Amino acid sequence: MNGEVVLGLFVPAHPHPLLCPEKSPGWARLREAYEQARMIIEESEAELILVYSTLWTSIIGHQFQGLKEPEWVHVDHDFHYLGSMPYKFLIDTKFADNLANSAKARGLESRVVSYHGFPIDTGTVVALSLLNPDNKLSAGICSSNMYSNRAETIVLGKSANDAIKKSGKKVAVVVVSSLSNRMFTDKIKPHEEKIHSQKDDEWNRKILEFLDDGRLEDVSQLSREIHQQIRVQKVVAFKPMWWLAGVMGQHNNFAGKVHAYESVHGAGCAVVSLIPKLDEVGDKEYDEDDVETYHGDRNVLDTIISEENEEENNDSELSEESSNENEENLEKESFSSSRAPKPVGAYPHARKVGDLLYLSGVGPRQPKSNAIPGGPVKDVTGKNLDYNMKAQTIACIENIKTILEDSGSSLEDVVDVTSFLINMDRDFADYNSIYADYFGEIRPTRTTLEINALPTPIAVEMKVIAKIKN
Amino acid sequence: MGGGRIVAGLLAPHPPHLVYAENPPQNEPKAECGWETLRWGYERLRKQLESIDYDVIVILSPHWQTYVGTHFLGLDNFKSLSVDPIFPNLFRYHYDINIDVELAKMIHDEAESDGLSVRMMENPDFRVDYGTITSCHLTNPKWDKPIVSISSNRSVHYYSVEVMQEMMIKLGEATRKAIWKSGKKAVVISSNSLSHRHFVNESEVPEDMSKEHITNHSQYLWDMKMINMMKNGKTKELIEMMPEFTEQTVAETDGGALTWMLSSLNYPTYPATIHEYGTIIGTGNAIATWDTNDEKRTIQGVSSK
Ligand SMILES: [Fe+2]
Repeated sequence: MNGEVVLGLFVPAHPHPLLCPEKSPGWARLREAYEQARMIIEESEAELILVYSTLWTSIIGHQFQGLKEPEWVHVDHDFHYLGSMPYKFLIDTKFADNLANSAKARGLESRVVSYHGFPIDTGTVVALSLLNPDNKLSAGICSSNMYSNRAETIVLGKSANDAIKKSGKKVAVVVVSSLSNRMFTDKIKPHEEKIHSQKDDEWNRKILEFLDDGRLEDVSQLSREIHQQIRVQKVVAFKPMWWLAGVMGQHNNFAGKVHAYESVHGAGCAVVSLIPKLDEVGDKEYDEDDVETYHGDRNVLDTIISEENEEENNDSELSEESSNENEENLEKESFSSSRAPKPVGAYPHARKVGDLLYLSGVGPRQPKSNAIPGGPVKDVTGKNLDYNMKAQTIACIENIKTILEDSGSSLEDVVDVTSFLINMDRDFADYNSIYADYFGEIRPTRTTLEINALPTPIAVEMKVIAKIKN
Repeated sequence: MGGGRIVAGLLAPHPPHLVYAENPPQNEPKAECGWETLRWGYERLRKQLESIDYDVIVILSPHWQTYVGTHFLGLDNFKSLSVDPIFPNLFRYHYDINIDVELAKMIHDEAESDGLSVRMMENPDFRVDYGTITSCHLTNPKWDKPIVSISSNRSVHYYSVEVMQEMMIKLGEATRKAIWKSGKKAVVISSNSLSHRHFVNESEVPEDMSKEHITNHSQYLWDMKMINMMKNGKTKELIEMMPEFTEQTVAETDGGALTWMLSSLNYPTYPATIHEYGTIIGTGNAIATWDTNDEKRTIQGVSSK
């Protein structure tokens, strides 16, 4: 059986909730929230806990902890005066190899480290000590590469998901990170504790509002903006949400809950849980390209400045496109129907050129609920599901009919159809019989293709050209 | 008391590769060879140091990173195993280090009265960072002198190289004053590489020298520019150049050690001895000494106090 992610957690890295919760009411609330998170893990029946801490920075590729029982007395570089953190963890060494191999398979440089005395970072020590105090679950720990950009981090997350599937286990994934990470650079007393600035506080709250709504992908896509706004600029890019989205499936369909939000020495610290909802897949907006395999070399010159330049270049391309568009606007007219499923990208439902109407590819998703008649082809974790092809094909053609009617045309006016199926062998017969019911009499020209995947978990998409009624 | 002084300033980079290649008994991994020219450079530095009488080493390493002020090791002895988080395959070193807590506290107090945020580190379980260990091992493998270990405040992350320099210049002055008051003869060590863009993968055999070269030409040019200033006694100019150098080559001088050391030496106008320059996984490393006794030089600025 395939393993799966049953739960995602976002937890703070500072040692205060572990070492001295009694010293500040905020730290105590974080400790309580950690305790709630521990109970959620228990309820989730997770068998393994996988930790990604932004404090374990690697430089030579991606590292995975591979020592079976790492044991040490850890002391934080800054907060050593709060006390020592003795630990003994239980690592699933087979899973560590699996993580490293899955990363390699997706083009990432990776290695397992298994040495007595290897310095496990404060964030991982705090999180594992509080979430898995008796080592009931075995653990996996992976590093956060200093230079890895968005693409590499998402691929790393996806490779962790590959490893989880392969493990056959139920896994709770944990990201250890601050939200805003600016601390006070001078000593403060526990009672002086507050978020470093109002701006940091407002951004933290916005992010938590998204997460409370289960909108992980939206936060992932905001990561660069978050880095600009509330992260100490020269510390590495804000990447934990890229990883978490990569491993949990890039979508917004979670039951989210913020258990606590407090400051620790000025930094924004929160405990958040995200439980995958298995019913239907919500709206996705891919503002940025999705990536499956990592091909690039890490560019250590990658700076925020170059990213800004990139954006500027993109902007100028866009404006060129829109100026061309203006010239031809007289000839073209685009239509969007409120009765049809929302596009999953920047395109209209239909476009008129002369007396022909070109429709964008249309799938079976329902306009308001986004539900897929006949069921989705896979669940949020990527597990294949059984679905009804006839129901999907009917819904698809009904959607086309709606768009045509709202754009001044009709099914009877269709002159050409291109259909895309994700599984020709399984689905062609069902698709073909429904097609005949609708188009048997109309007889447009038709092409049917099998393709690898569609952007949402659907089995069929159709694209038509129709005449416009005069 | 009074009358103490800095007898030498060292630029002593700390890539663990150099300890690994030497196979000292303290280090678990064993190497075949590697980075010989740099290690010969360290030999020359040690030879020079033999002729200099000193009581204590004061070192600042960028691998003890603190965000809340500057910290000082504050217990007499630290003994444990240090494993490099990036190169655990090369560096697993059993250390036993004596600390000059008295001098550490004096620098701490001096810095505090100059307005810097400081803290003594008195947790016995604390692990000494591998940068400090590596530079000290290569400088004084007998470990027969106590050290003062100072953390690297990451003001460079929070603000800029310029703010970092301001703080490190102050810390250097405080160090100089405290050493004078202590009556001790101190060697101050800046533990860092120069240019720091490096390869992001490691060859199958880490000591395969056919793979070793500077990451890029511009980095080399920058390193030479800095080294020439050291050779020509232009340390004030070097400090002025530091922000640009640090940004352009992601130099490890961002940790503040070199600025702090040059400030503690009151910006030498005499030439440094460059023992060697070489690369380690693509980073630029210079080994250098500012011998304050050479030609009867004394550090100006404090003795008149
Ligand atoms: Fe270093």
